[in-house]
Amino acid sequence: MSRLAPLVPAVQPLIDANWLDYLLVGLYFAFVLGIGFLARRSVSDSIDFFLSGRSLPAWVTGLAFISANLGAVEIMGMSANGAEIGLPTVHYFWVGAIPAMLFLGVVMMPFYYGSKVRSVPEFMFRRFGTGAHLVNAISFALAQLLIAGVNLYLLSSIVHALLGWPLWVALLVAAAIVLSYITLGGLSAAIYNEVLQFFVIVASLLPLTLIGLHRVGGYGGLKEKITSFAGSAPGGAKVAPAGQQLESWPGQALSGFGSGFLSVVGIVFGLGFVLSFGYWTTNFVEVQRAMASKSISAARKTPIIGAFPKMFVPFIVILPGMVSAVLVKEMVDLKGGGHPAGGASGQGVKYNDALLLLMRDVLPNGLLGLAIAGLLAAFMAGMAANISAFNTVFSYDLWQRYIRKDHSDDYYLRIGRLATVAATVIAIFTASIASSFSNVMDYLQTLFGFFNAPLFATFILGMFWKRMTPTAGWVGLASGTLSAVAVAFLSEDAFGSASRGVIPLSGQGASFVAASTAFVVDIVVSYAVSLATAPKPAAELKGLVYSETPREDLVDPEEAALPWFQRTLPLAGIALVMVLVLNFAF
Amino acid sequence: MSDPTTNAPADTADSTASQHTAGAFDIRNIIGALLGLYGVILTLAGLLGAHEPEKTGGVNANLWTGLVLAAAAAVFLVWARLKPIVVPAHVEPAQEDATRPGPRRHPGGH
Repeated sequence: MSRLAPLVPAVQPLIDANWLDYLLVGLYFAFVLGIGFLARRSVSDSIDFFLSGRSLPAWVTGLAFISANLGAVEIMGMSANGAEIGLPTVHYFWVGAIPAMLFLGVVMMPFYYGSKVRSVPEFMFRRFGTGAHLVNAISFALAQLLIAGVNLYLLSSIVHALLGWPLWVALLVAAAIVLSYITLGGLSAAIYNEVLQFFVIVASLLPLTLIGLHRVGGYGGLKEKITSFAGSAPGGAKVAPAGQQLESWPGQALSGFGSGFLSVVGIVFGLGFVLSFGYWTTNFVEVQRAMASKSISAARKTPIIGAFPKMFVPFIVILPGMVSAVLVKEMVDLKGGGHPAGGASGQGVKYNDALLLLMRDVLPNGLLGLAIAGLLAAFMAGMAANISAFNTVFSYDLWQRYIRKDHSDDYYLRIGRLATVAATVIAIFTASIASSFSNVMDYLQTLFGFFNAPLFATFILGMFWKRMTPTAGWVGLASGTLSAVAVAFLSEDAFGSASRGVIPLSGQGASFVAASTAFVVDIVVSYAVSLATAPKPAAELKGLVYSETPREDLVDPEEAALPWFQRTLPLAGIALVMVLVLNFAF
Repeated sequence: MSDPTTNAPADTADSTASQHTAGAFDIRNIIGALLGLYGVILTLAGLLGAHEPEKTGGVNANLWTGLVLAAAAAVFLVWARLKPIVVPAHVEPAQEDATRPGPRRHPGGH
């Protein structure tokens, strides 16, 4: 982004797409916009669209729940990690998502649903008042802008690779596409598009995985190739030993810790507990999907049903990355310590290109178009989710509550539109920041550490300890976030070249430690401040704190009548057992 | 949201006069239509188009993916036909919240 590229497409397209591919991509856009138009028309002459949305069965809300997260950041970032470090990447799913999703459904959802709040910051407001609400709403809004930028950067890199446009042109065009997609489709069509997107992604990544595995001689062939590659790679390339790439535990290739024991502790506490619980249980984009369902039982089951497809996603995301690292010439070169030219950014091949390059090498025209459609779907949905969540929080939690209180609905609608445009413009700038990071996942994990880890600490303490005071709410949040920023600055590379290197930690390990520090600091500070300040009266905590809420408010009386496989707890138990089996098998 | 029984399908079953199915709005029909179109196009591409065996390792990937997608589409369409979503005749409006009022409809609107 530092220099202006010529307007004329100067770069050779990374992928050789033909009319057939464009037809399949175009078809997807037609469906997405078609849903938008249908939704728009239905607002005026029929409410069928919204009604069928409201009576959606649990499998649909469950899929929408994970779809909102299965964005391009996840797909590209996880396949990049798969190419670089191999199988330990599965921890982002089996340790870093499933337990937290089950916890959300079993423990936390009754509070969100029972207290009738409509956004996560609003729960903060009810429990802790203005201070914590402001800290949460502002940090959430900022995080959404930054993540939208990452999504936009990845989207433009696809357009760049597909059409050969200069990155900055692709960035602007991609932003315009997303903006029109949000304004046209609106929030009402979001859930339909998310479910549709899930199937397009699976339909595009599953053939890619199967053909890729076929090319390297099956899973056995992949293991052999990774083993011989790790054995012959030059020492300067720092390729992880084959044993670490092909076994998920202890995952030193992921955490960057020297000791296997510390690595397990880091992954379980840092990734599995702090980062993932922080993300999945407090992220408004995710939680809102479940909060909108028709009963407390459906709300609790939404993340639990989503856990089942979620545990198999790594097979179609990480495996292609691993195949790419032994099959695609540029990736082999990169992993061997080389600096091959080209790539989606035009500034050399990066690990993020693993999936695109594999698509180029193994997919025939036709399937190639399907794969491009799947990636574009993921980008758009991811960015649209970030920007619309930003909208909601900005217009209602910030603007309406603190700046202009009693205006008409049209006024807030207009503010929401303006916020959408502003968010898109800001995302263009954050996209250029994201492009300077070699591995997008690092960047994201760093951000999550700042915003989500202390949030989870405050929530869990606030839900189960009635003595926790409003002052402790915002002081704990602020000090937790600041401590994470401090650790990131003192580490070797969590902030790229801005980090000071005082603490000898790099990569994911630094993120885990920053997040864990934020969690511990938040708990300690909240506890200390609570003892020194005045708590809220117990009567105001009903529905918000465990000990002040009647048990019958936390469960659905209808649920006992359902067969066992439709009840919350048995379903969560099955998911937990399955994910444990997966952990032992790989 | 307040009373889970008002939206349950069992309750609306007595008032058959005013209820109808979601039809084209049913997400399963939309999924079935898109996957079905993809399936047909890829199957045709696999039968008529260039095969490119050097990329796929000898498998006619377009053909096989097309057939699987067409089958998946058929499942969604049949499922939607066998168990249609019934739209209840009456649904409660969204709840108001004193601390943060929700958007209201225009007076004179629908």
